[in-house]
Amino acid sequence: MKNQPNIDELQKLASQIRRDILRMVHNVQSGHPGGSLGCTDYFTALYFHVLDLKPGFDMDGTNEDLFFLSNGHISPVWYSTLARKGYFDTKELGTFRKINSRLQGHPTTEEGLPGIRIASGSLGQGLSVAIGAAQTKKLNGDKHRVFVLMGDGEQQEGQIWEAAMYAAHNKVDNLIATIDCNDQQIDGRVSQIMGLEDLGKKWEAFGWSVITCNGNNMEDVIRQLEYAKSLSGKGKPVMMLMQTEMGSGVDFMEGTHKWHGVAPDDEELEKALAQLEETLGDY
Amino acid sequence: MSTKFTYSEKKDTRSGFGAGLVEAARKNDKVVGLCADLTGSLKMGDFKKEFPDRFFQVGIAEANMMGIAAGMTIGGKIPFTGTFANFSTGRVYDQIRQSIAYSDKNVKICASHAGLTLGEDGATHQILEDIGMMKMLPHMTVINPCDYNQTKAATMAIAEYEGPVYLRFGRPKVPVFTPADQKFEIGKALHLIEGSDVSIFATGHLVWHAIEAEAILQEKGINAEVINIHTIKPLDVEAILKSVQKTGCAVSAEEHQLNGGLGDSIAQVLSLKLPSPLEMVGVNDSFGESGTPEELMEKYGLNTQSIVDAALKVVERK
Repeated sequence: MKNQPNIDELQKLASQIRRDILRMVHNVQSGHPGGSLGCTDYFTALYFHVLDLKPGFDMDGTNEDLFFLSNGHISPVWYSTLARKGYFDTKELGTFRKINSRLQGHPTTEEGLPGIRIASGSLGQGLSVAIGAAQTKKLNGDKHRVFVLMGDGEQQEGQIWEAAMYAAHNKVDNLIATIDCNDQQIDGRVSQIMGLEDLGKKWEAFGWSVITCNGNNMEDVIRQLEYAKSLSGKGKPVMMLMQTEMGSGVDFMEGTHKWHGVAPDDEELEKALAQLEETLGDY
Repeated sequence: MSTKFTYSEKKDTRSGFGAGLVEAARKNDKVVGLCADLTGSLKMGDFKKEFPDRFFQVGIAEANMMGIAAGMTIGGKIPFTGTFANFSTGRVYDQIRQSIAYSDKNVKICASHAGLTLGEDGATHQILEDIGMMKMLPHMTVINPCDYNQTKAATMAIAEYEGPVYLRFGRPKVPVFTPADQKFEIGKALHLIEGSDVSIFATGHLVWHAIEAEAILQEKGINAEVINIHTIKPLDVEAILKSVQKTGCAVSAEEHQLNGGLGDSIAQVLSLKLPSPLEMVGVNDSFGESGTPEELMEKYGLNTQSIVDAALKVVERK
């Protein structure tokens, strides 16, 4: 068992990661701050408490937990988390989306950024990849788990449901998937664009163990991820439906899809940063 | 007609894949197989029987299969995916592009029933655009072997090569003329017949037709060189240039659209480095249809006579 989580420390980290996200997208006036801010608590909990990680990085990730990001557009939160975890220098965050950068708009292996094992951005593919990696772990006798994050709008992609069927049928029970349920997509509310109805019942009907979580409450994120781990290894893949608020942590960015793919201007950045404590030093 | 190569039996190239996969798996325990409900058609039954724990049935869900294969490489497996060429490429192009090619994953996309020789099922299944789609992808290697023995050798060779590969083969039984012990070298064109008047560059099922065409051309006093381009990407540019420098003109032959196929690649090489007359044998911007393989190859101009006609025409253009 790991040590008890230090919630205060994790929240300070999350505050710094949110500052990084805002400064990264402001710097290039492009990128996706909304979903990144909404998932910051999840990434912080995952990388700084939940995942069992080896020092350094290698592509195979043998004998450590793996994480895949399927909704690659929320790359800012992943890049900041990876840098704060020590995968690369935080100074590199300033190169996000710029020419000759390893921090591409959407995550890629092409530039060799430590921490990334697959390209993502075109939606619906990450769950299949995570299933493959989980099956390889089983073949290799590696007891570690594979985690994957998807968006709720992304559930409109057909490949997700091919993967849902496959993972349950093949008892891929070393897999813990999470859906970021913020009910937002580019054209509006998910429920209005192409409603998902009862997502929990859908995944249950496909044969998964389904749990829920308040994605913007650090204690609950950790509690539910630990619960998800306890459910794994029992013949079913695990799905965590995580309720989040797009733009979480910045009051004027919450409750709207406006900030899905729009960067704050100078004034908005100042206003946003004023709400987030600089805990570890800006990059 | 007396061909310079002979054969004692006809076998399907897909069976060469099936046999090669078993051999590759015996040599390397990292080899795994995935199939989308076409185990019999892809001849993956022997692999499944010998290595049940390394065989993954994904059902009729090719997009998922490509993603799973990409994920399986993380941790060191060498996945071979098996389905028809149509469902191995066009249906899953974005999955291959992002999760396999751009991510540079060690996946072997093995595609059967390519081209018109799929026959009676008709145009929905007769993909003639797959070489073009796959050769355009950075990192991707594209291989189209000519007979059973070469497909078997190619299957074993790609298991030892690190990187994404598209391996294309077919349904019908065709002459087996490649020596069973011939090693397959990725990217190395095979000089089958020396000649001085015209270079015939053929791939896949059309290689045998090129051998037959050479014999007919010989009777007409034309000395043709026949080269088997089993690897379309990376293309053996040196072998092509060396041959055309000698003969002064070329014919390409393939079971594929003229747009985007082998002929297209050769045209690019010649126009950039050695402008020379070229005639292309392939499907001219059309879909296929139902019929026997032989009827289709004749109707769409992909047989021995088509190569002979193209050679006669291109020699006149010198």
